[in-house]
Amino acid sequence: MHIVEHVADVYNALADATRRMILDELTDRDGQTLFEICARLATKHQVASTRQAISHHLGVLEEAGLITTRREGRCKLHFLDTTPIDQIARRWRRRN
Amino acid sequence: MRINLASVLVDDQTKALHFYTDVLGFTKKSDVSLGDHKWLTVVSPQDPDGVELVLEPDSHPAVRPFKTALVEDGIPFTSFAVDDIDAEYRRLTALGVRFTQPPVEMGPVTTAVFDDTCGNLIQIAQATAT
Repeated sequence: MHIVEHVADVYNALADATRRMILDELTDRDGQTLFEICARLATKHQVASTRQAISHHLGVLEEAGLITTRREGRCKLHFLDTTPIDQIARRWRRRN
Repeated sequence: MRINLASVLVDDQTKALHFYTDVLGFTKKSDVSLGDHKWLTVVSPQDPDGVELVLEPDSHPAVRPFKTALVEDGIPFTSFAVDDIDAEYRRLTALGVRFTQPPVEMGPVTTAVFDDTCGNLIQIAQATAT
């Protein structure tokens, strides 16, 4: 089943503070370019990572299913997808 | 030494002149025919003797891949200063300008990013009130 296969990736993806900040910023506004994500991290969170490093973080998040990307015109936009987090919440929900 | 020119590389000078004057509101300063292309510059009406923006052809083969890569990552080619970014955002949106980023407060500045229709993204920035 999809959930079991990828669940370790989700924990790994969420285990990094910069990646959690990226998800925070996408809740503020969904559908951002790499440029906007980098600018928000640098100016609002003092994250001085290179654009390449942020791009790598986005790759990890996408691999874990926490973000999706879509082209709009000639820009690549990043969207939040909380489905994997909902699955985690369901896993340990009390049954009675 | 002083800086008197800045360039944007545009895919079509006629289209660029329309966008940078009729839409953005700059005024044409130089328009000199140079064979296939023109020496074409615009200035801000707020600073007619200030820095001229050259609307320069992007015909060199290295330019298109460079511009495409910047646009894909949402990176603006240059930035213009505005006094009221929310008003500019509303004005330009009403004129059909496509923004890749609406106004967002980024520390000491509030920025927004739009498509100049000539293959570039352009940032506008307003100093955040302190």
